[in-house]
Order: sequence, then C-alpha cells, then structure tokens
Amino acid sequence: MTIKVLHPGLSTTVQDLGRPGYFHLGIPVGGAMDRLALRAANLLVGNDEGAACLEAVFIGPQLEFTAPARIAVTGADMPIKLDGVEQPGWTALAVKAGQVLSFDYLKSGARIIIAVAGGIDVPLALGSRSTYPIGALGGFKGRAIAAGDELPVGAAASGKAGASVPEALRRKPGHPAELRVLPGLYWHRILPESQQSFFADQWKVAPEADRMGYRFRGGQALQFVEREQPFGAGSDPSNIVDSCYPYGSIQVPGGKEPIILHRDAVSGGGYFMVGTVISADMDLIGQLQPNMPTRFVEIDMDGALAARADRKALLQKIRAALA
Amino acid sequence: MTTRYSFGGDEHLFVECDEAMSLDAFFKSLSMTNAIRDAAIKGVTEICPANASFQIKFDPDVIKPGDILKEVQGIESAAAKTEPVIKTRIIEIPVFYQDPWTHETLMRFRERHQDPTATDLEYAARVNGLADVDAFIKAHSGSPWFVSMVGFVAGLPFMYQMVERQKQLQVPKYLRPRTDTPKLTIGHGGCFSCIYSVRGAGGYQMFGITPMPIFDPEQSISYLRDFMVFFRPGDIVKFKPIKQDEYDHALGDVASGRFAPVIRDVTFDFRDFQKDMTGYNAKLEGALA
Repeated sequence: MTIKVLHPGLSTTVQDLGRPGYFHLGIPVGGAMDRLALRAANLLVGNDEGAACLEAVFIGPQLEFTAPARIAVTGADMPIKLDGVEQPGWTALAVKAGQVLSFDYLKSGARIIIAVAGGIDVPLALGSRSTYPIGALGGFKGRAIAAGDELPVGAAASGKAGASVPEALRRKPGHPAELRVLPGLYWHRILPESQQSFFADQWKVAPEADRMGYRFRGGQALQFVEREQPFGAGSDPSNIVDSCYPYGSIQVPGGKEPIILHRDAVSGGGYFMVGTVISADMDLIGQLQPNMPTRFVEIDMDGALAARADRKALLQKIRAALA
Repeated sequence: MTTRYSFGGDEHLFVECDEAMSLDAFFKSLSMTNAIRDAAIKGVTEICPANASFQIKFDPDVIKPGDILKEVQGIESAAAKTEPVIKTRIIEIPVFYQDPWTHETLMRFRERHQDPTATDLEYAARVNGLADVDAFIKAHSGSPWFVSMVGFVAGLPFMYQMVERQKQLQVPKYLRPRTDTPKLTIGHGGCFSCIYSVRGAGGYQMFGITPMPIFDPEQSISYLRDFMVFFRPGDIVKFKPIKQDEYDHALGDVASGRFAPVIRDVTFDFRDFQKDMTGYNAKLEGALA
C-alpha cells in the first residue's frame, strides 16, 4: 500500500530513531526531533518503537491512503481531520481506503509525528530511514516529501484502533519552556557575570530554528575572559580551534545569540560552547515555536542522570498504558 | 600542552588536547582516539577526532560518566608511552586552481569579502606575504596536508598542512558566510583547508575545485561503493595542480567509472617527521610516484 502526498506541508520528512555511528564523518544521527512522540505514535499503531514515521513541522501535510490503514498522530497540538472530520490526537485511528488525512492550524508545539501501521517503508541508508537532506541521504529520495509522491508502507501487524496515550503521559514544554543545561565545554571562556546572566535571562526562540539547530535571542550578550587567541582559533573571542560539537551543545557566536545543535547537527566547527542541553530535554526543543519564551536552567551531572531516568520511566508508563 | 576534560551533557565526553592548533595536538588527539577505539570500552558509541581535540559519545545507562572519564584518562597516560607511529594512506588530489566555477561564485558574493577588489587567491597571497597567486598555489600544493577532522557536514575533510607553524598559510574566513559554494571546492579558513563535499553555504576562501568525488550517498562511484565517505581522519593529502583540459578529462573518467584516485598505504612516524619535515614529506610523496 502507498500514501499519496496531496500537499506536503511546510517540511515533512521521513524520520525514525536515527543513524548513530557516523558523526565522526560528519553524518549526524538525525531521526525524530521529539523521540518520545515517535515512540508513542509507533506503539499506538503496533509498530516497533523505532519504525519510520513522518515528521511535519508547523504545517501538516495532506495525505490520501490507497488502502485501509491504522495511523496515529502525536507530538504538537494540531487538529487532525479524516475527510474533514476532526479526530483525536495521541490515539490509534482507523483509516478507510481513499480517505484523506489533513490538519488545521497548529495550536501549540511545533512538530507532529504521523505513524502508520507497517511504517514508512523507504530503503535503509546507513541503518536508518531518516532523511538527511543536506547529504541527500535516507528518507524518501533523500529529501522532504513533495506533492505527487507515493510513499510506500510496510506490512502491518494486526491491531485495532482506539488506544490512546493518557493525557498525563504526553510530555510538552512549559511556558516559558525550561531547558536544563549542564555547563561545561568552554564555559570558562565567559566572565562570572555572564555565567549568571545566561541562566537568569529570559530568551526566546528566533525564527532560525530547524532540525540542525535552534537559535535564541533576547538575553544579554556574553562577555569573554580576555586572552590572546590560540593559534588556529581565529580572531573573534568566541572562536576556538574547530572542535567537535556535542548534540545539544550551545554555541554562542560573537557571544550574542545561543544556538542549540539538534538531531541534524553539524558535527563540528569553530565556535565556543557554554554547555549542553541534557539528553532528557532534547525532545522538548523539537516542540518549540519561534518566539517561545525559554529559560536555561543549570543542572549538574547527577541531576542530568536523574532526569534521564525520569524520562525513561515516562516511556515505561506509556508502554504499560498501551500494552 | 595540557589536556582538558569536560562533559557535553550526559552523553558526551569532550577532550581538548590543546587550546592551540599544532601537529603535536592533532597527533595526540589521533593517537588517543585510536587507543580508545582499540580499548573497545563498553558503552562508548562514537569516537570523533577533531583538530586538537576529540569527543566520545557514550551511553550513561551502560557506563557512568565518572567511569568513562577514568578510562579515557588512563588511556591518555598509556598513549603517551606508545610509539607515535600510525599506518595511514597518502592520496593525491587533483586541483584545478582558479577555475571558472569558484570564480563565478566568489564574484557573486564579493560584498561579503574582506577585499571586494581582489579574488580570494589574490587576497590569500597578499595576507600571507607571498608575491602572487602562483606563489600561493605553490605553497598550498607544495607540501602535504593531514586530514585532521572529517565533518561539519557529510564527508567534508578539514586539513592542516604538514609544515612548521611559521610556514602555515592563514587566511580569515569571509566577513559574512556565502549562501552558495560549488561542490568539491577547495576552501581555506584560518589555518585549515577543506574540500566542500556538498554544494551549500560556506565561509571559507575559495581557491579551486577538484574533479574527484569524495561523498556519494548513491554509492555509484567505483571507489565509494563500499562506503559513501572517502576521507578518514589521519589521511595524508597532496594537492596536484591541474589545468582545465586535465580537469575535463578527469570529469569524463569519473562519469564513465574509469577515474581511480592515486592512493598509497604509508606508515607515518611523528618523531622522524619532526626531525626533518621537508625531507620526510618528500619521502612520503615518493610513494605517489
């Protein structure tokens, strides 16, 4: 069976849990920005948790199903319609052959995940079906989907519609969003007052926010500890000898606008970093819209590991609720 | 050289071998990452070498951050005692310097450049105190380069020239990045040269173009059939200036599947290299003959 793309939305890509193992060659892990939403959507339709889904940002696609299917939409709050009739989110839905899935305007969050029983069956590229458009790798022909595409769907396990992820288990960013950050990397490059203002200030998401990275504005510029720039680092005080960039690391070019690298991160470069968003909060970034007020919250390693355990426990609860 | 350890969140250990770029720092980073790979530490999922630093990705559900730190610190002291010798390969990369495609692109983005009245090569020659573009090309192609990092985007090699610090070619990046760079452009920023593996944005000065594909997600190029990315950190690169007819010929060979890059296996001994860089480089390049 296939899904016909009537309208692709703004930028809709095939994503799964990504392709770890190639960052040392500049190929990022990729995969769904909001991993928990992807796992939940797959569980709802009876797929493996890491099956390939569609990820749509800000504007949903319009899709026609050529055969009966079971689907689920998770992630952002964007009204879901089948042949114009509104449907619940975070719920397994039965689709009849010929029905059209469409969406209304986004209410909150940024990205929806659309899972189909059987998964989107594009070929594996380096072990993953995720789309990495810069490298024209993976996904549907290495790019975002376009009108007229016919997306292949794999063989579905049996299952039924109706299951739903309880409201309390749907994780969303607060308002303002709070992202927990472990200071480190080149944190020592900024003055103590800037270390303080970075966490005290309220920032907001800039329009330059995509799968590669999220930029923030509105906080005070960071002041640097004076030094003679090391050989090979470049002349700006925010420059370093080009290094690797961790996923979630926060670089601040010129000390002005922090950029958090996300799933499609560039693997390295020449800007200093103040620290890293902890693994437990990466999903939340994928649900931030431009202008969303955001605070960075300092956390230590023990706190980061506790938050990681909490997120894991939440996933266990979702699994239990859908078992 | 002081090694500095820091955690990048709960999944990355970041290790800076030195703040400044040098062949010593690069070699230390490469030796340590090789030793860490050989150690096959449980819970380590990725090892990414960079120019003067490296990064380990780990799964904190398998190995505690404090334990991975201890393991890697232990390897640092062990690596200091091992022979500074690596088995690697030297590759000859043909370059059409001053080609029409990068020229067209650099003219299009002239207002983003330090010197809108000169080309990138003219500017690079001047800021390095060289007589003219030819002298710059001679310096750029005259000594080999270490691939000190592969990344930024898929398969893009950063290269550091294997010469004394005072002979390093240094050129600032564009004032504002371009929104376009031709695929396979030879770029340069700071003390690093690179080859743009894909078309796209870029801030490095543009010197020329190579006909040799280095990234092929389709894996249809003969020498990229086994793996889509050509370069590995630690590769040694020698640029060979070519003219337009040779470039066109090479492109034809690429299209017909006949193009075969010149690659030779070599052993690199850092101590011998440091004793006589020019002589050692000449010996390395001998492998290409």
